[in-house]
Amino acid sequence: MVVWTVVAVLVIGAGLIATARSGGGDSARARLAVIAPAAPGGGWDLVARESQQALKSEGVVNNVQVVNIPGAAGTIGLGQLADMTGQGGTLMVTGTVMVGGIIANDSDATLADVTPIARLAEDFEVIVVPGDSPYQTLDELLEAWRADPPGTAIGGGSKGGTDHLLAGLVAESAGIDPTQLNYLAFSGGGEALNALLANTVTASISGYNEFADQIEAGNVRALAMGTRERVEGIDVPSLGEQGVDVELTNWRGLVAPPGLSDDQREQLTDIVTEMVQGAAWQDTVARNRWKDTFLTGADFEQFIQAETARIQDIATELGIGA
Amino acid sequence: MGDQLGNLIGGFGDALTPMNLMWVFVGCLLGTAVGVLPGLGSSMAVALLLPITFTLDPIAAFIMFAGIYYGGLFGDSTTAILMNTPGNSTAIASTFEGHRMAKRGRAPQALATAAIGAFVGGILATILVVFFAPVLADLATVFGPAEYFALAIVAFVATAAVVADSAVKGLAALAIGLSLAMVGVDSISGASRYTFGVPSLLDGIDIVVITVGLLAVGEVLHVASRIHKDATVTAMTISGRPYLDRREFREALPAWLRGSAFGLPFGAIPAGGAEIPTFLAFGLERRLDRRRKHPQFGRGAIRGLAAPESAANATAGSAMGSLLALGLPTSATAAIMLAAFQQYGMQPGPLLFTRNADLVWALLASLFVGMVVLLIINLPFAPIWAKLLLIPKPYLYAGITVFAVLGVYAASSSLVDLILLVLIGLIGFMLRRYGLPLAPVLIAVILGPLAETSLRRTLAVSEGDPGALLDSALALSLYGLLALGILVVAVNKVRNRAKVDI
Repeated sequence: MVVWTVVAVLVIGAGLIATARSGGGDSARARLAVIAPAAPGGGWDLVARESQQALKSEGVVNNVQVVNIPGAAGTIGLGQLADMTGQGGTLMVTGTVMVGGIIANDSDATLADVTPIARLAEDFEVIVVPGDSPYQTLDELLEAWRADPPGTAIGGGSKGGTDHLLAGLVAESAGIDPTQLNYLAFSGGGEALNALLANTVTASISGYNEFADQIEAGNVRALAMGTRERVEGIDVPSLGEQGVDVELTNWRGLVAPPGLSDDQREQLTDIVTEMVQGAAWQDTVARNRWKDTFLTGADFEQFIQAETARIQDIATELGIGA
Repeated sequence: MGDQLGNLIGGFGDALTPMNLMWVFVGCLLGTAVGVLPGLGSSMAVALLLPITFTLDPIAAFIMFAGIYYGGLFGDSTTAILMNTPGNSTAIASTFEGHRMAKRGRAPQALATAAIGAFVGGILATILVVFFAPVLADLATVFGPAEYFALAIVAFVATAAVVADSAVKGLAALAIGLSLAMVGVDSISGASRYTFGVPSLLDGIDIVVITVGLLAVGEVLHVASRIHKDATVTAMTISGRPYLDRREFREALPAWLRGSAFGLPFGAIPAGGAEIPTFLAFGLERRLDRRRKHPQFGRGAIRGLAAPESAANATAGSAMGSLLALGLPTSATAAIMLAAFQQYGMQPGPLLFTRNADLVWALLASLFVGMVVLLIINLPFAPIWAKLLLIPKPYLYAGITVFAVLGVYAASSSLVDLILLVLIGLIGFMLRRYGLPLAPVLIAVILGPLAETSLRRTLAVSEGDPGALLDSALALSLYGLLALGILVVAVNKVRNRAKVDI
């Protein structure tokens, strides 16, 4: 037993160390490291592990390792990636939360310091109230919110994250001073849900998927999706339909280290494109109820720039970051 | 209720195939292994195995996860007892009396007590989940920030039983813990505290780094500094029969049950994980012990080990219930299991029991199977584990150091965490060297942030009105309980003094 434990641990340990070391200068086709800049179990970790699975099962890349570099809304991982100049065998998961995190944490490394490869998919945000809330529509909620901004507690994920930013956008658009926003940050959808069900907060903003079953079961009531247009297949009116002309989605994408040659960059883009076109990834998208919004090259680079500028504006108004 | 029983039997039918039994066995071994090692936890093991399980059918995968989930909790007390270095923060409370038992030559009995305690707590919690999962889920909804704050205060005072030997030393240790807990971005305001411009500190210091540094590395340094000077520090023998006798079993039984009673409600609410109930259970046993004719605490009391062990596993069991019924992951491992369920198209939450009934009942059945397998694996091996103590100390403690460092590095691949591990290890060594208690440091690290966040959340919602703290029946009754407890202690003190005076 003792011997077996030691063996098991050595195997696990050796695997971990090999994982952490991989991602050198080898060809990305032979060996690829996907960095999840978050702890195991989170949204980015899921994207990394789903990609690993899809790449392997489609035979795009045989040896794919996932490396977790958690911390500070992904900016620790971003900082490390920015130092891996020229290493074409590494990808890192990124997304909306990192754009906000860079601003909130005043990170030295930004998304301009790495090579954008592709946007993979989007998740939608939803505004919900408890099932027994007096507010039946977004208008009713906004009216009460306008009347007493500090007394209307809005729950959601971490400060500077997608949920917080959307709360700021909605408040601003509805004529509520964003600096008066009484936003309560919770670590993860579970805690936020708990606060909503215990009637601690008036309303909560979160990923639609996290609340979908609670909405269906009637525990919480969805007032609006965080989009301009109605989301296909979801029976909840969008913000845009209800006269609030803002949108913020939770997109996830992949970036690579800086200083790549054109060949290296093209190879990574090809690998990701092949993965996304495969059946395994399409199954992943359907299973996680994501929306496939694949985007590569210069288009994705422009998207990141526009997204950064937009989020910078709202973050400044919310008083996030330096 | 008959329905649930029928469903559960159906679940057993799915779970008990030779192939699935093999998977549960593999899961149990792996879970125990990562549980034993300082730094590696069951959350890590589940995360690493996620990709492997994609190729398994769902029931086989869940069964393996069930083994890992509980295996970690069976394993984490092994090194806590034998070497005073818990494999996980849930076993901190088990080190106090468990290691003393080992020092008195009762290591096999201590290991058996821990294994049976984990079994009792886990089984009771799983039975509760089977029959009352929806009720358990409702419990979470009555807990707002005001109630959490009351809970944290009650836990602080109740665990003061562990602290109370010297108020000054206890408070000093508490202050160290609160300072450690304060590092990182403040979740309410977004301001960074004590991060000294180091980005890696923005998320605070991981509880794993603090536990492993303070307890494992600190202990290694302490032993290393005394090994040639003081033979009693390291001298450990194994004497007597390797199993619990009837008297010991009878002594431990009420503690197992009381510990479970602490753990059950805690798993259902997302507050600070399984550490708080283990400390509360330990505190109660110690208080009860002091009233006995022949107090045993401080000399390896079996009850002081039995209660926290069953509390930890009872928490894990009911945490599984609130994960399934509410989709509320109340621990790190539960959060990863949630991701695993979603891989198989299962969305834990209010609709799970109707939508994926087959899978859920197979999972619940496999929790029972996992627990039985773990007990079978762990009980006969208690005397063998205890033989670890026969390894020459320099090799043994060098091994612990290697695994502690490996575990911490594996979790984050961060050099900063390793430096912190060494620094906190040095703090742990100094605390031991100058006789400061370690428990208050850990209690502060666990309860401090809970108390702070919930207090500030309460005030944020009430726009600064402190009346909101008392504006709930549950919070009031928690404070009432606290006042009553303090009153009883004070009256006892006065009475005892009167006796001495006469």
